[in-house]
Amino acid sequence: MARFLLPAGIEWLNPTKQITSIARSRSPIPGLRAPTTPCPFPPSAQRNLPFSPCKDCSFLRSRRPSLCKRRSEGVMAGGFRVLPLLILCSLFQGILGEEHQPNRPTERISGSAGDVLEDDPVGRLKVFVYELPSKYNKKILQKDPRCLNHMFAAEIYMHRFLLSSAVRTSNPEEADWFYTPVYTTCDLTPNGLPLPFKSPRMMRSAIELISTTWPYWNRTEGADHFFITPHDFGACFHYQEEKAIERGILHLLKRATLVQTFGQRNHVCLKDGSIVIPPYAPPQKMQAHLIPPDTPRSIFVYFRGLFYDVGNDPEGGYYARGARASVWENFKNNPLFDISTEHPTTYYEDMQRAVFCLCPLGWAPWSPRLVEAVVFGCIPVVIADDIVLPFADAIPWEEIGVFVAEEDVPKLDTILTSIPIEVILRKQRLLANPSMKQAMLFPQPAQSRDAFHQILNGLARKLPHEESVYLKSGQKILNWTAGPKGDLKPW
Amino acid sequence: MKPSLLTSQPSRRGSHRQADSGLGGEGGGGAASAAESVFRSPTAAFWIVIHGVCCVISVFLGFRFSRVVFVLLFSPSSTTTISSVFTSVPALHAAVTNTTTTTTQMRALVLASSPPPPPEAEQNSMKSRVVVGRHGIRIRPWTHPDSEETMRAHWIIERVQREQRLQHGVRSPRPLIVVTPTYARTFQTLHLTGLLHSLLLVPFPLTWLVVEAASSRSNDTAAFLARSGLHFLHVPFPHPMPEDSRYWRTTESRMRLHALRVVRDRGMDGIVVFADDSNVHSMELFDEAQRVKWMGAISMRILTHITGLSTSRGEDHKSPVPIQGPACNSSGHLVGWHTYNPLPNTGATFIGAGKTVLPAKMEWAGFMLNSRLLWREAKEKPDWVRDLDEVGKKGEDIDSPLCLLEDASFVEPLGNCGRKVLLWWLRAEARYDSNFPTGWTLEPVLEATAAANHSARIDASPELPSNSKLMAGNQDSRNNNIST
Repeated sequence: MARFLLPAGIEWLNPTKQITSIARSRSPIPGLRAPTTPCPFPPSAQRNLPFSPCKDCSFLRSRRPSLCKRRSEGVMAGGFRVLPLLILCSLFQGILGEEHQPNRPTERISGSAGDVLEDDPVGRLKVFVYELPSKYNKKILQKDPRCLNHMFAAEIYMHRFLLSSAVRTSNPEEADWFYTPVYTTCDLTPNGLPLPFKSPRMMRSAIELISTTWPYWNRTEGADHFFITPHDFGACFHYQEEKAIERGILHLLKRATLVQTFGQRNHVCLKDGSIVIPPYAPPQKMQAHLIPPDTPRSIFVYFRGLFYDVGNDPEGGYYARGARASVWENFKNNPLFDISTEHPTTYYEDMQRAVFCLCPLGWAPWSPRLVEAVVFGCIPVVIADDIVLPFADAIPWEEIGVFVAEEDVPKLDTILTSIPIEVILRKQRLLANPSMKQAMLFPQPAQSRDAFHQILNGLARKLPHEESVYLKSGQKILNWTAGPKGDLKPW
Repeated sequence: MKPSLLTSQPSRRGSHRQADSGLGGEGGGGAASAAESVFRSPTAAFWIVIHGVCCVISVFLGFRFSRVVFVLLFSPSSTTTISSVFTSVPALHAAVTNTTTTTTQMRALVLASSPPPPPEAEQNSMKSRVVVGRHGIRIRPWTHPDSEETMRAHWIIERVQREQRLQHGVRSPRPLIVVTPTYARTFQTLHLTGLLHSLLLVPFPLTWLVVEAASSRSNDTAAFLARSGLHFLHVPFPHPMPEDSRYWRTTESRMRLHALRVVRDRGMDGIVVFADDSNVHSMELFDEAQRVKWMGAISMRILTHITGLSTSRGEDHKSPVPIQGPACNSSGHLVGWHTYNPLPNTGATFIGAGKTVLPAKMEWAGFMLNSRLLWREAKEKPDWVRDLDEVGKKGEDIDSPLCLLEDASFVEPLGNCGRKVLLWWLRAEARYDSNFPTGWTLEPVLEATAAANHSARIDASPELPSNSKLMAGNQDSRNNNIST
């Protein structure tokens, strides 16, 4: 979609410009929200799902008829047609005996795909875990056990979970999905940040190994395999966005399913059909800092983190696309905004005392702040254009968080204070739902409905594989010599 | 994990960025060759030259002149994997705000090799709205908060807190009966106003039972209470407050007992909280009061005057501010009491030329009881409570509500078993020779002898460090007309 940007100067000199942020609802019918964003995930991905989520009408299960209606319709046209639907919906609610008390502390999360957060993947799919030599996983972990605590630790914990899970099968013939346990994000600097330079070679080497040792890779050229690539830009294997875009996704993973934390619409590093997961946040540490729920929420907006990355972007404007700097410059004088770069020891407790928590992008659009905000019941204010949030097909993020376009950051205070109070209270109720919090966490040992199970649910929803993924004998799609020359060196 | 986030991910990138600074700056650049070194291709060298020229121009122009101009002018034929479909006017005359931030605009790469995409692009295209590269930092002209928005935000916060209270707080709050003994003196209105504002914040139904010692000035209090907006009960006490300050405490206790008799006779239902007018109360005290079953006790901090004024700070460190309240063992049961011990070596007992009220061993204020304890006929009334008429007979020590009980071990410790201080006990009064007129309206002529109509109430000397300030204040006030 083309957009014509006015010269920047005109934007700024017009402070009375109408708020165009996504957070506003302009529907004339109470309870029915106008469609303000397109379908939350790329339309090409919709083909991969066994249902059409944006056209599916799950209003029997949801409490709001707005989820049923076509999002592309205009409000006026939709309004007239929905009125009888509203009547029907209220009738159905009466028949089904759904509760409608305003004082309910939590609310059911019914995403556009229905109540899939509560699905149990056991029995719906079978996963075969390749036995790779320990140099791909255990030895790397032994060399640097810090990998268990950083935000990329999902790959390690997923491996451990799958090894002892009920979906694991030792018979590869009956497996639906194949998992390759290779820890590509465990090469850490002394500071604890992962270096991605060897990751493509490591991944390539692992794929070569599995393709020569087992026949299943060649059978589909990886289409029924999945890999966990939790690094900054997923399988592009670089921390710098331009470099990552240049590299693109590793060619050998072209047909595989990627489970990654990075998600941005229309971006090279997000493949269609990828499963976006939350970054790892230590669940025990967060549980240890819980405060009583009747502690009144007295902070309006809370944020702790960098605004300028003086080490790598001293001028500003590059880091976070200038959005974090904009937050600082516009709101450092505002008493409603408790924002600073400090490292307080009461970070988790403060989040539980805040109504809104900012989750702006950094060098990459995702961050553990979203997980923390959800766990602590603070409404996440996501400032990252075109971001794809974790489990977007199962969790209706639009209803839970507030999305602010990066260009609307100067009007953030107006946006947040003009959200109707019923909407805020509803978001808090949705956040209080324990299944929501559980879906964002990677607890040890795994519990039902946690992030591990949501990943499996996502994989199960992609089944059954289409017939076309099974290659005929002799058919080859992947080019094993594609990619930068440096990647072809053995690891 | 947190430190790694906050010390931004690419701190290891430093060295790499410097190497690529020639090319990497603006999102791919026109020469999309993967040249790592800047000297390998002539195109790269060309860009370096252009970059230098732009720097020089920027020095003259005063703002950053982007190389983008040349990209747009020369329309490179190479493409990158990312392409943006909006064009931006390279505003050479871009508005420079009053702040010194750079004001570059979005990059646009014109695709010369493929047909221009239609404005409503098909959804399958990989056209991204979001461009990598340097973006301007948007700052609005007036970065200060708008007062209306601040008000709305506070209203939102208040509504959220109310919802929290509804969900996690007390389900069916019981009404509170706040018993306050008071008497006419200079600071009476001051203290009562403070207490009134505290009580106005209490979210539960409340009755304010004000017992006032007899004096010729009772209309002030009545008028004050009528204006207060609270549900109150003004109970007169037949005896006046004695002149001798040693008996003030006893009289206050007798006033409280009188109030309890009123509660019993009227059959008032709720939780009795003893709030003295000069104390400072925390709102959590009233929340804790809801958890009282029969009788509860909380911790209170005694703020008596610490001797030596401001010059002997060293002494103050040694004697911590005393706390009165229940003492619990590790399993949360009441085992004893922390009491206030007014011995000389605690440094809190210096009585100067004036008079002061010292707290008793256990003050009434730290206790709250269920009004059904007082009723004559109440089901499930425990047997460890005495009959109200028996209490306070001659010679009995009524300094603490434990006198109402036969067995003090049934008192429930509240406020996290006495660990939270919810009340600050304080007796701060005006200078002992301060005269206060009716309604605070002063006659112009004052140097004359005290008029016979004024009741010569001599208040306690406060002995506060700000003694001198208080004197000055009072002297000034005598010369002005102050009316409430």
